[in-house]
Amino acid sequence: MRYRTPFREAMLTFRRTPVLSGLSVASIGFSLFTIGLFALVALNFRKALDVLAERVEVVAFVMRGTPTEAISQATQDITAFPEVLELVYVTPEQALGRARRELVEFKEAYRDLEVNPLPASFEIRLKPDFRDAVHAQAVAERMRGFPFVEDVRYGQDWVERLDKIRTMAAAVGLVIGLAFAAVAIVIIGVTIRITVLQRAREIAIMRLVGATNNYIRGPFLIEGAVKGVLGGILAILMSWLTFEAFQRSTGEAGTTLVFFGPLQMSLMVIFGTTIGLGGSLLSVGRQLRNV
Amino acid sequence: MIRFNHVGKVFTNGVVALKDVSFHVPKGQFVFLTGHSGAGKSSILALIFAEQKPSEGEVRVSGYQISKLTAKEIPRLRRRLGVVFQDFRLLEYRTVEENVGFALEVTGARPETIPNRVMRVLTQVGLASKARAYPRELSGGEQQRVAIARALVNDPHILVADEPTGNLDERATRGVFQLLREINAGGTVVVMATHNMELVRDTGYRTIELRGGRIVYDSGVDENGELR
Repeated sequence: MRYRTPFREAMLTFRRTPVLSGLSVASIGFSLFTIGLFALVALNFRKALDVLAERVEVVAFVMRGTPTEAISQATQDITAFPEVLELVYVTPEQALGRARRELVEFKEAYRDLEVNPLPASFEIRLKPDFRDAVHAQAVAERMRGFPFVEDVRYGQDWVERLDKIRTMAAAVGLVIGLAFAAVAIVIIGVTIRITVLQRAREIAIMRLVGATNNYIRGPFLIEGAVKGVLGGILAILMSWLTFEAFQRSTGEAGTTLVFFGPLQMSLMVIFGTTIGLGGSLLSVGRQLRNV
Repeated sequence: MIRFNHVGKVFTNGVVALKDVSFHVPKGQFVFLTGHSGAGKSSILALIFAEQKPSEGEVRVSGYQISKLTAKEIPRLRRRLGVVFQDFRLLEYRTVEENVGFALEVTGARPETIPNRVMRVLTQVGLASKARAYPRELSGGEQQRVAIARALVNDPHILVADEPTGNLDERATRGVFQLLREINAGGTVVVMATHNMELVRDTGYRTIELRGGRIVYDSGVDENGELR
């Protein structure tokens, strides 16, 4: 006769009721899979927005005849702004060269100029956390404070629109994500409740022979946690297979898509484990109150 | 050991199970609870092992006052009791020895002591040779013996049996009853609810008869209600 630890007892349940245990893991897996798919869409949408946000740039045009010392001093000052990732000083000659290269349709117009009409400028790229209208405007205002700065542009309308899209995406993502999570919690809770109810008689017998509530809870909690971990792994596997299939079907465009990193995958397993544990705790608690 | 003092029990659905029930069971006694179905026998047993609490009056079992038991004290009380039911209540996927050992595991007994203690009680109930069998492989009488072994393994002060022979044929009934007598002879209080009047008649044990939730006869007390 072998002594049964709570862990061994929990593992025996999987052997005794393989179908029900398998169904529980599958239902946890599928519930987390729906969350996973939504999270993948949200992740890639956010990534696409971040790529767009990389274009947020503040350009300050410098008056002609500004002394070189003033430019060097300003370069040092601007680089010290907390929002600044990269600062490039573009001379009028560089600006003209670039215009000739990039604006092909005006190539002729730029060829025979006697005087370079383009001003020098500071081109400021912002750090990722500061690529929004508020910070872009703050940097622009600071740039306007330099006496030699003639004009400052940062595509105000465009940045504000990007901000709105980001805010809306975050709100919609949060609401839908919470709804998916709530549905998953309910489905997983019901699944666990069924497994507990199936063993109601066993719980009643345990109490009858003097088992404490903690003794009874132990194997159920371990079982719930194990199911949560397995469900989480299953969900990641299904999400990955779906991701791969989608990526293959979209060809070139699909190569820019990203899958979860280790942190997000761990979070999914932790979420499954937490729901498994919580569901077991609540269901067994309810059962213990009833017997 | 057991004392009921003007005990009443009304269930939440309004059904009155017991009315003004008083009796005292001293150490070492064997008591039959008799009466028709619904007379209140099982309610008395449920109060003894703290499955229910009295609606009025006082129930004392092995030093515990049932109405004041906390959630933590209930398992402690139950470890001092052995409980046997008509439907055996064995765990089907555990062997005989595991069913019995289980009652020790839950008390936190040292794992290395469990096999010996289990074999001791299985020998006592005559089932040592079936230790590895599953309940479905046993007859009704044998299953009830396993249930009794499980009830005995913690050396209880009191054994509570609710119609333990109700599902058994006559031969198995005699066997189980003989076992309960032997347990009582060892000093354990046995309180047994039964319909089987033949069993009650020939033994000379104390009999408490219930009708409509009241005690209508108690062979253990005189006209003044004093223990004989």
